[in-house]
Amino acid sequence: MDHLLALVVVIPLLSAAGISALTPVFRAHRRALDSAAIAVAGCVTVLLVVIMTRTAHGPEVYWFAGFRPRHGIVIGIDFAADPLSAGLASLAALLVTAAMIFSWRYFERVATYFHAMMLTFLAGMVGFCLTGDIFDLFVWFELMGVSAYALTAYRPEERGPLQGALSFAFTNSIGAYFWLSGIGLIYGRTGALNMAQIGRYLTGHRTASGLVVVAFVLILTGLLIKSAIVPFHFWLADAHAVAPTPVCVLFSGVMVELGLYGIARIYWSMFGAGLGHRAVFAHLFLMLGLLTAVTGALFCFRERHIKRLLAFSTISHAGMFLVGLSWLTPLGLAGAAVYVLGHGLVKAALFLCAGIILHRLGSVNETALHGRGRRLPVTGVVFTLAALGLADLPPFATYLGKGWIEDTGSAHGAPWVAVLLIACSVLVGGAVLRVAGGVFYGLGDPPAEDPRMARQTSEEKTETDEGRQHTPLTMIVPAVVLMAGAVAVGLLPHLGAVVQAAAVRFQDQPAYNATVLFGRATAHPVALHPAESTAITLTDVLSGAGSALGALALAGLALYRRRIPGLRRGPEPDLLLADPVRRFQSGVVNDYVTWIVIGTACIGGYLAVTIR
Amino acid sequence: MHILPFVVVAWILAVGLYGVVTSRHLVHQIVCLIVVQSSTYVLLLAVGYVTGAVAPYFYDIPVHTPAVDPVVQALALTDVVVEAAVTALLLAFAIQAHKRFGTLDPQELADFKG
Amino acid sequence: MTPSARRWAFLIAGAGLVAFYLWGLTGLPGFGDYPGPYGFILNQVAVGQTKATAVVSAINFEYRGFDTVGEEFILFVAAAGVSVVLRHLRGERDRSAMDEALGRGAAPTSDAVRMVALVFTGPTVVIGWYLATHAQTSPSGGFQGGVVLATAFILIYLSGQFLMFKRVSPVALADAAEAVGAGGFALVGLSALPLSMPYLSNVLPLGHTPGAIDSSGTIALISLFVGVEVAAAFVLIVGELLEQTLLVRQEGG
Repeated sequence: MDHLLALVVVIPLLSAAGISALTPVFRAHRRALDSAAIAVAGCVTVLLVVIMTRTAHGPEVYWFAGFRPRHGIVIGIDFAADPLSAGLASLAALLVTAAMIFSWRYFERVATYFHAMMLTFLAGMVGFCLTGDIFDLFVWFELMGVSAYALTAYRPEERGPLQGALSFAFTNSIGAYFWLSGIGLIYGRTGALNMAQIGRYLTGHRTASGLVVVAFVLILTGLLIKSAIVPFHFWLADAHAVAPTPVCVLFSGVMVELGLYGIARIYWSMFGAGLGHRAVFAHLFLMLGLLTAVTGALFCFRERHIKRLLAFSTISHAGMFLVGLSWLTPLGLAGAAVYVLGHGLVKAALFLCAGIILHRLGSVNETALHGRGRRLPVTGVVFTLAALGLADLPPFATYLGKGWIEDTGSAHGAPWVAVLLIACSVLVGGAVLRVAGGVFYGLGDPPAEDPRMARQTSEEKTETDEGRQHTPLTMIVPAVVLMAGAVAVGLLPHLGAVVQAAAVRFQDQPAYNATVLFGRATAHPVALHPAESTAITLTDVLSGAGSALGALALAGLALYRRRIPGLRRGPEPDLLLADPVRRFQSGVVNDYVTWIVIGTACIGGYLAVTIR
Repeated sequence: MHILPFVVVAWILAVGLYGVVTSRHLVHQIVCLIVVQSSTYVLLLAVGYVTGAVAPYFYDIPVHTPAVDPVVQALALTDVVVEAAVTALLLAFAIQAHKRFGTLDPQELADFKG
Repeated sequence: MTPSARRWAFLIAGAGLVAFYLWGLTGLPGFGDYPGPYGFILNQVAVGQTKATAVVSAINFEYRGFDTVGEEFILFVAAAGVSVVLRHLRGERDRSAMDEALGRGAAPTSDAVRMVALVFTGPTVVIGWYLATHAQTSPSGGFQGGVVLATAFILIYLSGQFLMFKRVSPVALADAAEAVGAGGFALVGLSALPLSMPYLSNVLPLGHTPGAIDSSGTIALISLFVGVEVAAAFVLIVGELLEQTLLVRQEGG
């Protein structure tokens, strides 16, 4: 038996402890420290890709401390890996590797803390993806969370990071405590903590449905907060704007997506069959997803702080991923998975470029930077291409994922969803392309300064110690590689068929239970919905290209607005949204927590009324 | 009696959340967060109770004596450690926030608005 | 939101949330009617399988030991985070430890407090050590023992000797102890791998008498590492917080 599943979590944890223990040695040898961290992250990435390919024919289960289940009752903890979870974990490990390469040498460091915390963050993310036990899931969620809070406040000499870290810590901790309450409820009824065992119990015993709904909503709330779904999303913009660039890469690229993976996992492995009422849940996820997509896109367009703008675009995309999940079909899930992959790679490249801008030019304020980016030609090209990828231009993998989500929508008789999603992509892509055009090419006029926001962005000081005259290779190469990766994934043959097959397996709860509890492998998983065609249709290509063109047009309009007669007068249209919107994103933790309570009560009320 | 501990759980959660939402002092807010977590301890331990059973330590009692559920106690132990860790980190943030902002009122701590 | 709007919004939404939560809680079996099976099975088999009489410790360090590994590292990251956030920044300088109010020296610690603190330091260390090493026997374990051990250090501060406290627990030593504790735990789990057993399997001899000091194999060893780590983490955290309150002042402030 091999121990790969255990090693992918143990190796980063041990390395973090080891790096910390050897602090006196590493203080003098910066490059040894960086190399060690990169090596560990890279090794974990490779191991996870191996696991992903091996699990194509059925999940792989690993029982810790050797306590295997008997008669379907579990007393130990297991890891259950399948292609989707191992794939997401490898994306996380890949982004950590890229972030560590980016922070080579120049990133301001404090003893060995940054590297140790990044490695524990990695271990938390990988453990979250692979585990099959609901309490173990919670433990890795908290490890991810605590590492993230500490990394967000990495530069406490500024005010922003502290506010961001406080919002982040308070909202996500409340989510964690709701989650724990849900675990208590479900444990009290089923006497089990293993997801497969709970799933089997709930499918067999349909009593006490009130408890099951409440437990699901409480656990769901914790995950919705992590995924930054409206109205639980307020913390993300505050935290993203102030975390160091390598950390932002991880937050947007994979941490938010892990929350959505958690929702998919608990729905399809634990609660799905037991809850029933598929239409009700589909509707709930669809509404939440669309609300998030639209809100994120609108907020994104009016931002002038580059990192915050990218953060709101992540919120919008998180909504789109949730829409993909909401169809509850294999194609919807496959679309969301591929979209997550493409988006993660492209968004990471964008954040790395923003980090380069900060390093060379010392600011992330779009208005102040207008035209100054001409000194960074390569970065400009990478940023612009990645922005087009974000706007779903073929052949970036994003257009494929989005296309499948839209196709499923149309097949379910809701073509207006596709229109709405394209509009959101246009808004988000337009905002990022506006930044690209204005900063790197000096096109048009700088967007109008919002007087209240100008004060904030001037405070972002650089996060690097030296070397500001040139762009180090270690900063630009990861960005190029990640962006190229997004294109490569989009060009993979048979991607659709492979991912959809994996999605079918993911959604097959009885097969998952059988494999985990009884060790039986299922050759032919039963799909809840028939698998649909994943051939690339003309509609997909046109929708992606159209979305990118729309984004370009919108960016052009924004940049050249004052030179177009007729539109010259009048305030910036996006700033008209400023005041009502500002009242929501107030920066005060009390408000955020109130919204969490309101959101949970609404979701709970809706489900209580529709499921009796 | 059968439902009282669970009513207490809901009450503690509500009171803790009320404290967080209406707080004007960051340290008070952090302590209210601890109160919210306390409701989960009560829930876990209440869920595992068996009437008339002993604690699950068999040093001086026979092994097959009915005992309460040990799993929730182990879970609660884990949670206490996690909470201590998060609280320590939050208090460190509070100290630095006081130095940067000059105040601990959450409503004044908003550097980024909108 | 204005504070009063926020309060009203919360009261209405909170009432809804509480009602919803109560609806779920009423679905539980009544208080005292735990249905099992997880707890009942472990109560039956734990003593036989692990030779530890404290079933809760057996769960924490054996059956669900992997959760405990994660939790150890949460504490590890939190201590690292506190060190990062409270580090000496440009523009801050140490002040000698004295009273906040100007024009007064620090009030000397009363003799009674000093004597009690010093008298109790020794027994506290012994008790903490006992707790950390007897996880398999009684309701003790690494966490409890570690916290009591950290208290011994804090007693030294209480006896009026903050600088002595800093000297006795230098940050580098506490950092290293913490890393050794956390890493040691992870390594003990790893020792099962060369024997072709899954991570964290109990590979040390289990002894004959359940609950004896040499029983339960890896449980006692893991508990010891956990005790070291928790003690070091708390000493670090409390030391950082105390240093901020007493010593570090911003330039010009």
